[in-house]
Order: sequence, then structure tokens, then C-alpha cells
Amino acid sequence: MIALLIVAQVLRISVPYLFAAAGGLLSERAGIVALTLEGFMAAGAFGAAIGTHYSGSPALGLGAGVAAGALLASVHAMATIRFRADQVVCGIALNLLVAGGCAFTLRLAFDSSSNSPRIAALGEGLGSGLAATFANPLVWGAFAILPAMWWLLYRTRFGLRVRAVGEHPEAATSVGIGVPRVRYLAVILSGAIAALGGAYLAFDQHKFTDGMTAGRGFIAIAAVIFGRWEPVRALGACLLFAVAETVQIRLQGSTALPSQFVEMIPYALTIVALAGFGGKSAAPSALGRSEG
Amino acid sequence: MTAAPAAMPAIRLRGIAKSFGPVRAIRDASLEVATGEIHALMGENGAGKSTLMRVLAGMYTPDGGTAEVEGTEVTGWQTADAIAAGVGMVHQHFMLVPTLTVAENLVLGQELMKGVTLDMAAAERAVRDLSERTGLRVDPTRKVSELNVGEAQRVEILKVLYRGARILVLDEPTAVLSPPEVQELWEVLRTLRANGGTVVLITHKLDEVVAISDTITVMRAGETVGRMATQGTTPADIARAMVGRDVSLAQREAGVRDSGGPAAALLEVRDLAVAGARRARAVDGISFTVSAGEIFGIAGVEGNGQTELIEALAGLAPLAGGSIRLGGRDVSTLDVRGRIDAGLSHIPEDRHRRGLVLDFSIAENLILGLQHRFSGAAQLDAPKIATNATSQVKTFDIRPPDSALPARALSGGNQQKVVVAREMGGERPVRVLLAAQPTRGVDVGAIEFIHARLRAARDAGSAVVLVSADLNEVLALSSRVAVMYGGKFVCVVPGSEATAALLGPYMTGAARGAA
Repeated sequence: MIALLIVAQVLRISVPYLFAAAGGLLSERAGIVALTLEGFMAAGAFGAAIGTHYSGSPALGLGAGVAAGALLASVHAMATIRFRADQVVCGIALNLLVAGGCAFTLRLAFDSSSNSPRIAALGEGLGSGLAATFANPLVWGAFAILPAMWWLLYRTRFGLRVRAVGEHPEAATSVGIGVPRVRYLAVILSGAIAALGGAYLAFDQHKFTDGMTAGRGFIAIAAVIFGRWEPVRALGACLLFAVAETVQIRLQGSTALPSQFVEMIPYALTIVALAGFGGKSAAPSALGRSEG
Repeated sequence: MTAAPAAMPAIRLRGIAKSFGPVRAIRDASLEVATGEIHALMGENGAGKSTLMRVLAGMYTPDGGTAEVEGTEVTGWQTADAIAAGVGMVHQHFMLVPTLTVAENLVLGQELMKGVTLDMAAAERAVRDLSERTGLRVDPTRKVSELNVGEAQRVEILKVLYRGARILVLDEPTAVLSPPEVQELWEVLRTLRANGGTVVLITHKLDEVVAISDTITVMRAGETVGRMATQGTTPADIARAMVGRDVSLAQREAGVRDSGGPAAALLEVRDLAVAGARRARAVDGISFTVSAGEIFGIAGVEGNGQTELIEALAGLAPLAGGSIRLGGRDVSTLDVRGRIDAGLSHIPEDRHRRGLVLDFSIAENLILGLQHRFSGAAQLDAPKIATNATSQVKTFDIRPPDSALPARALSGGNQQKVVVAREMGGERPVRVLLAAQPTRGVDVGAIEFIHARLRAARDAGSAVVLVSADLNEVLALSSRVAVMYGGKFVCVVPGSEATAALLGPYMTGAARGAA
């Protein structure tokens, strides 16, 4: 039973990583740096909380979260593709904008800058504890999203074009592919998918809390890099990071190690993973080139 | 075979103009190409040949003029329109996605579908069918990054034909090919012509034009300045039209000394090995000696280790084995600066990547790597730098003669002169000169100039190592010629015996000999 509980915990923790990594992978394969994942997730969480609060329906809330992620992504796409803004600078700016904007709106709407009122969760009433984890459609969706991304990239026309555009945009242009169009689609879809991860966090905690994404978007980027921009490897990387976080949580109570060291485990693992396995050669060649 | 255009030409461009910002790439260009001919578009680098053809292929919208294809006005169309109308362009820098397979590259943009998924089996069949018809053979399942340049070019041509091109534009297609591969390409083009296809060949190589084309149009400084039937035209006529004056074509001067004399060995390389990105050993055990007063030419298809060899000699890449002696002193462990101080000069193959800081002024670029000789205790010696710049700009005829301009503002030929001036000019003692692709992408006038400087360095007692993808250049200048293939020297012959016919088979790896 304890083993199953640990497995369920790993699964729950990996859900936001999986969605964010899937979104990030798509964006990066199209050549746009996915530094905005953190912002997409926060937008998704915030949209889901606000949407559920006002509509009373978690399903509509989920839709609002996805829409918020897609909207933010279209701003990012517009700035980096249409206006050729530096992708890193724009990503950082949007992350800051979302963080500030959420807190600001919270205060206006609920007179609190730290959290939203309690919301109903998606899949609520389908069980509790362990059963709730396995009954949650977002958990299933999270584990399907990276295989689905593999199918999209390697089996569909859109995927082939995404790979071409991220690797050699001039070549794609020369055969009549509209590079901006492909990138817009990829980035907006990336925002929508990453927002699902944020929405899951909001439903999991039954509210939106300021800063609740807590750097998960950046860990997801690390998972994409560690996974060498391949969906199946990225899935493995997400699970590895989730295991590390589970270990950290499980060791919290123990007195054998100072808690500060325990808390460092996932981050230390991220650094080790990136230092050892990133490798420039696996990255899409046109990644980060706004002029392309 | 006629200079008089047919009633409805395949291509008719009239009065095309195109600027990029303040730069007028083409001012007034007209071109008429008959259906079923091989038409050579000649001109020096920067004459506007590629730009004109990109207008035709829909990549650029012209600022003025009209374009017609097969009698239909198409001015300002897009790439996709051009492809749909049967106009296909094979670019000088391959437009292939290296991470995709041959078949994926072929169908990209016009994918074969089976429901919502790609039909890769059909794409692979399409490659094989086209290979069958044209003789351009390549394995459809291989990744493009694994192909050599000759194979990659075949994929480019197949790609254009797959899109139904009847008018094929090839931009400097032979720059990366060995002589036998060039012959194969000519066969393919003749087959296309026999089947009613029209070919426009952009080139600046005179012998190619004479070998393959029916008609020639010459461009100079953004304008088309002449049109002639190939039959009855001599290379000298074409060269005059290209440059606007008589030029001495790169030929082997009488009395080039073959080496082997008693002169002092200035560069001695023993069993040199350099690790490579693609192969385990990019340079795989090379030994040679270059004496004072000789030019040692290294020919070969690019990518056979020449880049790595030069970088290892210059101190830019670590050695995996072997030794380098410069003037009798072992410099294997010295860094770049140490080797410069020992008398090494290096004209790098890519002036933008290695040779210049484009945003620095000409004066600053002229002291790169020598800055310690132009500085006092704490700061740079501005008057000394200025004096140096003024004299170098004058000696090397760098235009415009304003040493405060950024290197970026210069033409390719003048940028290269800045590099050459820094490496060979001033009071710099040149014991060993590494000249890698010294005339790549520069105009005919600058080529003459640079060749003269290389000969002067030789005559002044320097040891020159010349690497060039242009076999004619190697043959024209070298006292001895080596062919590099697969990281080794597969043949070394005296310059007087070296000919394209002799070296060609070695360049493709078809012939192997003791180095």
C-alpha cells in the first residue's frame, strides 16, 4: 500500500511537469525558446481558479485556464515572431508580468494579494485519496501528452514542418512553408498545453496561490533539455524529477539530514542532469534566433 | 543554340531593380532564357546574380521591373507560386534540413498524406522513382546530416524536380564538387535539357560556362551588361565583360620553382592528428615539410580535414598527436599568440568567423592578435595604430580608404584585403603563412591582388601553406600540391606535374596513393 501511495505521489507531482514539458518541447522544436513556461502555467492556474470561481464549473474553469495560457502565448508569439523581440528577454518579461498581474487582479477581485477563494476541483467526487489521483482526467491526460507530442512531431504534416522550421527556417521558406504561421501555431499550442499543468495545480490545491508554480516551468525546461528535445526521453526526465521531489518530501520528516539539504535534492539533480546530458548538438539549430 | 530569343521565352526579366536598405543589389537587370536551353548567368561576386534569381524564384519582391515566366507576368510572386509554376532554385548554401531524412526533405511543404498522418513509404518511393529517371541516386532513408556535399546536392536537385520544376536555377552548384562530380552534374543537366527542361546556371567560373552552356548573360555591378551565344565566345571575352577591363586569368606563370631545393625547412609537421566532430580523426596522421620560398598547395573537396589541419597549425584546435616545428622550434604546445610571435601568419578560411570583428573599425581589425605590439603600459597606442592603418590601407588598396569605417561596411574583397594586410603587411615578419581559401567570395580584381601577394611572400622567403577548394587556384600557385582526402594526404606531386585530370580521382577517393 505504501508503495502504491508513493507511486501515486510521484504521478501527482509529475503532472504539471509533463504538461509544461510537452508545451515547451513543441515551442522549442519550432525554434522559440520556452522560457515562458512558468508564465504559461501561472496563467493556466489563475485562469482555472477565476473561471471556476465565477462559473461554478471546473470544466469551464479548465477552459478558461487553457485560454489564458494560449492568450499569453500569443502575446509571446507576436512579440518574438512578428516584432522579432529577443526570445529570452521577452520570456522573462512575460513571466514577471504574469506574476504581477495575478497578484494585482487577486487584490482587485478578492481583496487578497495571496490567494483566491476555495474552488471546486476537476474530477471531484470521483473518490478520495488514492482513488482521486487515478480518477483525475488531468493525470491521465498528462501521461498521454508526451506520447501524443511524439505522434504529432513525427507522424503528422504539422510536426514535420515544426521540425523543419526549428532546424532550418530558410529551407522551410524555400519550399513555400510559412515559417511564422507554423511558429505561431506551435507557440500558442504550447501555451495552452503548459496551462493545463498550471490548472492541475490550482485544482489540486482548490485555489490559486500567488507564486504557486514555484519554478516548475523552469524545471520543465530542464526536463526538455535533459530529454534532448525528444518527447519520450522528456517523459523520462519529468518522472525522474518527480521522483526526486517525492524523495525530498518523504525525507522532510527525517532528522538524518538537515532539511535544507533535502530541499535541494530536485534542484541539485537538475543541475547535474543539465551539466552532464544537455548537449548543444541536440538542440534545434534555429532555437532562439528571432531574426530567422 | 541561338542568342535570338524564341517567341515565348521560358524566362523574361526586364529592368529588375532591388535594394536592401541603402545597398542597391540590382539596378537594371534584364534576362531572357529560351525554353530548353542551358543559360549561364555570369558575373563577379556581388554582381547581383543570386539576387536576380531569387527575385525570379519568389524569394525577393523587386522594387522595379517586370518578370515573366512562360509568357505570364509573375512580378512579385511568392516562393510557393514559383514552385507551382515550375520554377525551382537550387541554392548555393543547401536548403536542406540536416536532421530530417532525404525523403522527409523531398516532400517537405508538399507532403504525401495517408489520412492525417504522413505517408513516408510513398515519399521513399518517390525518391527512388526520381533517382531512376534522372540518375541522381541517393538513399531516401538516410539523414541529410550524414550525406557528403555531392549527395546533398543531388537531394537538392531531386527536391526541385519533385516539385515539378521545368525551369531549374542552380546557384554556383560546382563550388563544393570535385571534378568528376562536376562531370556527373553536367550529364544530369544535359539529360534535363534533352527532356525539354530549362536550366539557368549561376557561376563565375569561365571554364564551366564554356563546357556546358548554350547562352551567356553577364552581370556587372547590379546590371546585365552582355548576352552572347557560348559558341564562338572565348573565356577572355567573357572575363572582359564581367570585369569591364582586360584581366589576366589565373594561370601558371612560367618559371614557378618546384621545391626540393636546399632552402631551409620552415614548417615541419610530423604525424599530425586532430580529433574531429564527425570522424574519430579529422586529420589522421599527416607529415609534410614546407621550405622557405615555396607554396605548398593542399587541394581536396571541402570537409576532408583541411579546416582542422589549418586550425591545428594555427593553434586554434588541440592536437591529438604529432608535432609541429616552426623554424626548427617545436611549437606544438604554444598557444595562438605564441605561434604568432614565432612568425606564423594565418589567413583564415572564414573571414567573418575568424578573420574580422565586423563591428570594429578597419584600424582595429588591422591590429587584432597584434595588439600587444600596439600598446603602452596600460592603454593602446592610438597614434601608432593610426599610422599603421593609414599605411596598410594605402599599401593594400583597401577601399574606401577610411580606416575608421567598421569592417562590416566593406565589400567581401576589401574585407579580405584587411585580413591579408594584417597577416602579411607592415613590419610583421612572416616565416610561415597559412592561407585558407584566401580568395573565397572576393572579386576578380582582389583575386589578382591576393595571388600577387602570396607570390611575393614566397619570393621573400616565407613558407606558404595554401588550402583552397578552387583547384585552379592551387594549380596556378603551388610549388608542390597535396590532395587531402579522409584526413590524409593521398597524393603529393610537384606543381609542374599537377593537373586537374591527375588530381581529380584522388579528390574523390577513387585513387589512393602513398602520401
